[in-house]
Amino acid sequence: MYEVRFHGRGGQGAVTAASMLASALLEEGKYAVSIPSFGFERRGAPVVSFLRCSDREIRQLTNIYTPDCLICVDPTLAKSVDIFSGLKPGGTLVQATHKPLAEVVIADTVGVVGLCDAIGIALEVFKRPITNTIMLGAFAKTTGVVSLEALKRSLEESDFRDAGLAQNLIALERGYNETTVHTIERRVAA
Amino acid sequence: MTTATLATPNQAKPAKQKVILCEGNEAAALGVALARPDMVAVYPITPQSSLVEHVAKLIADGRMDADIVDAEGEHSVLSVLQGAALAGARTYTATCGPGLAFMFEPYFRTSGMRLPIVMSIVTRDGITPQSVWGGHQDAMTVREVGWVQVYCETVQEVLDTTIMAFKIAEHHDVMLPVNVCLDGNYLSYGTSRVELPDQAEVDAFMGVKDVNWHVALDPLRPMAVDPLTGGSGGKGPSTFVRYRKGQCRGMQNSLRVIEEVHEEWAQRFGRRFAPLVEEYRMDGADYAIMTLGSMTGAAKDAIDEARDAGKRVGLIKIKTFSPFPVEALLKSLAKVQALGVVDRSVGFRWNCGPMYQETMGVLYRLGRHVPSMSFIGGLAGADITVGHFHRVIEATEKLPSSPAPSEPVWLNEKD
Repeated sequence: MYEVRFHGRGGQGAVTAASMLASALLEEGKYAVSIPSFGFERRGAPVVSFLRCSDREIRQLTNIYTPDCLICVDPTLAKSVDIFSGLKPGGTLVQATHKPLAEVVIADTVGVVGLCDAIGIALEVFKRPITNTIMLGAFAKTTGVVSLEALKRSLEESDFRDAGLAQNLIALERGYNETTVHTIERRVAA
Repeated sequence: MTTATLATPNQAKPAKQKVILCEGNEAAALGVALARPDMVAVYPITPQSSLVEHVAKLIADGRMDADIVDAEGEHSVLSVLQGAALAGARTYTATCGPGLAFMFEPYFRTSGMRLPIVMSIVTRDGITPQSVWGGHQDAMTVREVGWVQVYCETVQEVLDTTIMAFKIAEHHDVMLPVNVCLDGNYLSYGTSRVELPDQAEVDAFMGVKDVNWHVALDPLRPMAVDPLTGGSGGKGPSTFVRYRKGQCRGMQNSLRVIEEVHEEWAQRFGRRFAPLVEEYRMDGADYAIMTLGSMTGAAKDAIDEARDAGKRVGLIKIKTFSPFPVEALLKSLAKVQALGVVDRSVGFRWNCGPMYQETMGVLYRLGRHVPSMSFIGGLAGADITVGHFHRVIEATEKLPSSPAPSEPVWLNEKD
């Protein structure tokens, strides 16, 4: 079982992203379940959504408390929400940010970091800061859990409210290509 | 090869089904479309809204050939469907929570008139205090109104059961409205892998529509519907009793029909759901926990872990809550020495969960004392996790050697 928690703000498509990722994983023959967190859906308010994937049928329909991976589609969220809560030791953070690794706040539990200037890409592609498909590309690059091809096919089957398929395919590919992946080395005190 | 070796429906390999990803609300809508209703009436309410939006879109896209009425409220929704059902139409709607409350007057009338309307309840907790999230309080509140009520565990079961519900409701031995209950939030908005049955296969399963004209208005066969009965004189009292006894008989008949329809579904589509009561890992179980709805998946994972740790615990899940499957449940309860029942709603009168209260009645028929406990969790959208179920298992395991608490255990009290 591989568990992902998405962090975003209402309107950025974190819930849709979880569903599109689930669809891509399905394409690859895996079982996947996504569940949105339940709040009042307002633009700008912090939201989370959850995704589980496995080679076997997934039975528990619950929220995720100890994720293997965090996908944070908004660069400012970490200031107001403890996005690292429950992350498994050595876990992965896929973060939307234009900052270099040294300037990104990272909890001790993080083992791998993928950084992507998703806002910058979104403003160029969509003229609006909608980062979800870009960050799916970043997730694929960082983890290899899903292929870029499967994500493309998943997007092709999605209904887009705020932008067209062509733009989202460009966004996905740019997210993949423009993500830098870093392994965090932690020296244990002798 | 002789004819004897030809595949029977029992052995036939189910036709290949398209695999899609969808949320529970969309699965319900797809099930409705496959069952080909003549008329739906809708009024959106959270967390049911996306279900009726999906239905409206299926009709708008030409994928579903039904008339749709966007009524001014739930009372009108069900009243519209009563008229359509009396004219012989196959009818559907969905609601929850305050919408169901507003619908209550025609809701009671629907079962009394023996109208086989199918209605999803995307279950939502009761207000007040304010909340828009899932819980079984709405469906539990109307459990004594003569509708058949079944609860689904997975998104796939939502889709399949929605189709089966029409066949159960319209069976001439039943002729009762059916609620397909799916948990608000966790099932309504949770997306997962679903096998979509083929329309031709579903058509074959449903068979030729067989309207029971004893309740349908037909200008060629004029009759009065819903006559004035009761009182204390003439044929009033006996007529009223005849109606009520007929409803009770329909409810009891539905237990058999629900089993038959599930069996036929399993043979045609290869997916077998326990129709009334499901036993999970009850072989050699000394004690059991009981669940209802989408919480069951996490409970099964907890049972597996407990079994791996050497605990002799099993799980009993109720699918059909109304009518309460007394005989089927008795067989399962006969196997255990202690029982923990997890409800997603509150029984205010007995200070326990409603399913626990109903189960107490069945335990009495067992003729021996089985120590038991009521657990209440998952109210108003709260989560019931594998961790919560480990607490349920541990408390239930201790029951034979310690006094059962008189109060329910509120699982999310300290979350």
